[in-house]
Amino acid sequence: MDFSQLRNKQPRFRGLESGHRACTGCAEALAARLVTEAAGPDVMVANATGCLEIFTTPWPESAWRIPWVHSLFENASAVAAGMEAALKVQGKSTKVLAFGGDGSTFDIGFQSLSGMLERGQNVLYVCFDNEAYMNTGIQRSSSTPHAAMTTTSPPGKERMGKRHLKKDIVSIIAAHHIPYAATTSVAYPSDIRKKVRRAMAIEGPTFLQIHCPCPLGWGHEGYKSIEIARLAVQTGLFPLIELERGGLAGVMPLRNIRPVVDYLKEQQRFRHLFTDELRAKEELEHIQAIADHNIEIYNLRSDGHKDAFDSEGMDTVRRGGMRWA
Amino acid sequence: MLQALEGSQAVAQAVALCRPQVIAAYPITPQTHIVENISKLVADGKLKCEFISVESEFSAASVVLGAAIAGSRAYTASASQGILLMAEVLFNIAGLRVPLVMTCANRAISSPLSIWNDQQDSMAVRDAGWIQLYCADNQEAVDTTIQAYLIAERTELPVMVCMDGFTLTHTLEGIDIPTQEQVDNFLPAYKFSRTLNPQNPISLGTLVSPDFYSEARHSHHTAILNAQTEIIAVDQEWAKISGRCSGGLLTVEGPEEAKIAILIIGSVYGTLLAAMEEFPEEQPVKLIKLRSFRPFPIDALKAACEGLDDVIVLERAIGLGSGAIVGLEVTAALAELANPPKVHNFAAGLGGRDIPLEMLPRLLATLNEPSDRRLRIIDVELDKLPEEDR
Repeated sequence: MDFSQLRNKQPRFRGLESGHRACTGCAEALAARLVTEAAGPDVMVANATGCLEIFTTPWPESAWRIPWVHSLFENASAVAAGMEAALKVQGKSTKVLAFGGDGSTFDIGFQSLSGMLERGQNVLYVCFDNEAYMNTGIQRSSSTPHAAMTTTSPPGKERMGKRHLKKDIVSIIAAHHIPYAATTSVAYPSDIRKKVRRAMAIEGPTFLQIHCPCPLGWGHEGYKSIEIARLAVQTGLFPLIELERGGLAGVMPLRNIRPVVDYLKEQQRFRHLFTDELRAKEELEHIQAIADHNIEIYNLRSDGHKDAFDSEGMDTVRRGGMRWA
Repeated sequence: MLQALEGSQAVAQAVALCRPQVIAAYPITPQTHIVENISKLVADGKLKCEFISVESEFSAASVVLGAAIAGSRAYTASASQGILLMAEVLFNIAGLRVPLVMTCANRAISSPLSIWNDQQDSMAVRDAGWIQLYCADNQEAVDTTIQAYLIAERTELPVMVCMDGFTLTHTLEGIDIPTQEQVDNFLPAYKFSRTLNPQNPISLGTLVSPDFYSEARHSHHTAILNAQTEIIAVDQEWAKISGRCSGGLLTVEGPEEAKIAILIIGSVYGTLLAAMEEFPEEQPVKLIKLRSFRPFPIDALKAACEGLDDVIVLERAIGLGSGAIVGLEVTAALAELANPPKVHNFAAGLGGRDIPLEMLPRLLATLNEPSDRRLRIIDVELDKLPEEDR
């Protein structure tokens, strides 16, 4: 068979191929594949500096099957904005995506992201949120959750990990009153696909925050990535929500709400919270309070509602099948 | 036909004649008039393009980068702090070998804060991998802007067109704005060999290990050096259409027999030309107008300075803690000559200080002083400083 035809004969389009250099169990790699599958081939990507950029493109190799550019850490939104403007003038319908980790989205690239959203540009921005600067060796970002240990928020006599709260990025994004902003999780591939397709259909700025465990940075086995990502949702620590024009438009209700310790105890980054010290117990209470608050404000309790679909195995990655499955 | 136009207005019209599809800019004095004029052309429907008012110079440079790799001719302009803020992107654009054109309305750098002209901003990014062309007057700024697109798109190197802030940007001159037909005959539609295209997906800006980095740097450096041929050729091609040369890499003006030359960059050229008429009794002097600072035209410079006794380099920037910037490069280049002229290095006009016609006799008078290659700020007023700072 003609090798160049292989792409068309695949059961479904893959924007990110296997063979890249991500760690075992890297949820970001899986999420990026799911996003590109759902977005389809008629896209261009501006990728911020970070793990995703590094592990996919060690010259002269590349794992991308879609046009892709990496410029800098803090300008993926602006580069995407320029690409979008050019395509618009040229009368092309190719959709521009911008990819960034939490460092480039919450911190260093936040300004250019806000500018792009304010200008109403037709770009889907995807934040792969693994809650720290993993590429440089697990340093704290403004997405790192409260009390998590990183190399720059280590626990010690005077500290219990990160002192501050995780930045509520999706609310800040939604405050730009863009057509669509949503959170999703690598544990729910069909939710990712649904939200990507939703965003792709909108002409205007859209934003997805995908929760992606990092086995190296969070301190868990690679095979546990999906399980841990699901626990983040089930405990209420990472609510899956959709916002339209700044208003809450949907949440994923939880059938069985789990205590936060079920999530925290699986990860080495929270191990200093599991001692007999009073301050450890207090921090656990703080984190439970954060989850309880999320459950309250987003009304995540399904209360026996039949639509609650956070169960194990309700959403597994199926291979083959329809191109747009 | 000559029109009385402000430099910024003229450059805006020149940009529009090049049919850019995407323009991104962030306001900074003294660049503002350029982008304001372009905005008006867009608003009036005279220029069909996407004008993106970004939230920082960092994004201005990033937006034009994105536009250029997505297949559209693009333009931005900045100055001073804006150039420094976009410095990271400037290196990135050049390293990606993206053909872009920008105007730098040269202005001093803070601190101390100064909105007035010198060339510290573009000099700070001289090694970013861009071609840098400096304009002596507004006609040159118009012609160089148009030429810059052809140079950039032929060499896949970005070009920074530098024009002195206020001195040029805010000054009215009689300017011949070329016709659209002239520019269309000169500048073909935008083409970039690595344009992103879903039909043929490629990856740009990948991670490079030590196995390839030196080679990337080598080919980039070589490409800039080789661009000298293109800069000369494009100037000549434009001369055939417009009847005007902008001065290739450099030009030499003045009597053949002169043994002294003054080398300058930018608008101070006009000041010294006028001074030569004002002070005809002064000894014969050549004026070397260095148009291309990157690539640095070593061979052309050697040819221009062969047989001279003295070369005075007058620049509007300073290598703090070292001295001359342009002057050191001139000194190094001329050292290759069998009998190199003595190079005398001066800075003047920093932070907008006026360079008067009297600068010419003052510079020439220094030749009677003991030779000193170290840079001196010739118009510094030391009595304003405390004793220990003099």
